[in-house]
Amino acid sequence: MINRFRTSFLAAPYAIWVLICTILPLFYILGYAINTSDGSFTLSNLLAIADPIHLKSLGLSIQVAFITTVICLIMAYPVALILHNLKITNKGFIVFLFILPMWMNFMLRILAWQNILSNNGILNGILSALGLPTIHILYTKVAVILGMVYDFLPYMILPIYNSLSKINDEVIEAASDLGSSWLNTFIKITIPLSKDGILSGIIMVFVPALSSFVVSNLLGGGKVLLIGNVIEQEFTLARNWNLGSGLSIILMLFVLASMSIMNKVDDTENGGMLL
Amino acid sequence: MTKIKKGTSYAYLGLIFLFLYAPILVLIVLSFNNSMSRTVWGGFTLQWYFNLPSNDTIMDALWTTLRITLSSSILATILGTSAAIGINRMKKRHAAIMLGATNIPLLNADIVTGISLMLLFTRFTSLGEFSVVLAHIAFSVPYVIFNVLPRLQSMSDACLEAAMDLGATPWYAFYKVTWPEIFPGVLSGFLMAFTMSLDDFTITYFTKGAGVNTLSTMLYTELRKGIQPELYALSTLLFLLAFLMLIATNFKSINKKEVAR
Repeated sequence: MINRFRTSFLAAPYAIWVLICTILPLFYILGYAINTSDGSFTLSNLLAIADPIHLKSLGLSIQVAFITTVICLIMAYPVALILHNLKITNKGFIVFLFILPMWMNFMLRILAWQNILSNNGILNGILSALGLPTIHILYTKVAVILGMVYDFLPYMILPIYNSLSKINDEVIEAASDLGSSWLNTFIKITIPLSKDGILSGIIMVFVPALSSFVVSNLLGGGKVLLIGNVIEQEFTLARNWNLGSGLSIILMLFVLASMSIMNKVDDTENGGMLL
Repeated sequence: MTKIKKGTSYAYLGLIFLFLYAPILVLIVLSFNNSMSRTVWGGFTLQWYFNLPSNDTIMDALWTTLRITLSSSILATILGTSAAIGINRMKKRHAAIMLGATNIPLLNADIVTGISLMLLFTRFTSLGEFSVVLAHIAFSVPYVIFNVLPRLQSMSDACLEAAMDLGATPWYAFYKVTWPEIFPGVLSGFLMAFTMSLDDFTITYFTKGAGVNTLSTMLYTELRKGIQPELYALSTLLFLLAFLMLIATNFKSINKKEVAR
């Protein structure tokens, strides 16, 4: 007989770890957020979000994150579907094909997009060689969104691909045997059965897109100020940790809100997001 | 009709991979560019590859990155695997609490994770290389747990119980029965932890001490000075290494399948 009680203690080191390195830090950030630098209670760091500059960057972040998520979903679903239909037995291979680019430094890859998108860049070189009008999007919101779509697309593809591979093919076959058209089967069966993957993907793209500050720094050229940029500047340039923490808490609340909306749509419990 | 459909789906897949790998192609081309400029093609050269070993800033950052990535991913794999085994044996309610907590670093914004850990570390230790390792363990353990746990859950207890009924010690039974079953999960968890740690910028940026630089943070601080072309050479080599590993492991698993047949 397996001693369940004793085996479950193998998780004890991790439980302690979670308390110290996951839960406690959150209390720390809250502590900084509701105190002034000399230690008296205040709500001003949280209310600072109402400042027009902060409010504008939060609005812009939500807009950019929303557009990024929608584009990722539209691009990723067909990819996941095609990959699924290829019936590759080695699933790990597919996963690593998408995380392989991460072995080339993230910052360098985003910088390479500067090369591609700049006014005399590679993309415009190709466009003018084809006799097409050139585009000027570097250091605009469009470039930031493109960079984020590039960066986060794998996080949308992989969960959808995984949820598709859990669908029993016989269900699809049964539908078409009973005379359902491909489109009808797709809308009535495939999409609802891959809902978990879609929701995971949406969260895994929306949350980092909402809080990213590097892509907007590099491809927005300092002109696109997202809430992540504001928080980073409070910690590095302004050295106002209390205000930075206050804004981080607000950001966290937005993340939690968007996730609880997602959970309302989703009624099943899901463990791992990416896997 | 199906031929056209197949053709368009391959074309679409090709376009997506072009999108995902275009910056990598650009960087590989730049690593052979005989010019300090990022935008001018000055002819083919291998000089950045030859200069790489003597570039102290880059080599220092590379060793720091590898030390942090290796130690954090190995520790995260040990911690996460034993946690997964424990969680698998917990009562459902306790397991749900643990998994909820495990989801926090995955779902929280990187910048918030980085800042909250920095606030903790400045209170209890100092910021340095060690604090970065702790932070990397914190965000990579969940990947290990979510890779190992499904493998444990899909196992039946019968084999393990049979082994112990027949006189195997719990350790021996684990080694002979459970371990082979969960090993692929442990391996992919480790690889994910390794990759996430290697590619991380935000959390490292907030939790590192002065003077400690990984490749990402070094790049960020030196952006205004311009990028040293040796970095393109190094990234190309790292990418090729990963690519070859991917091909090698894939061939190995294909061969295994042939044998199994």
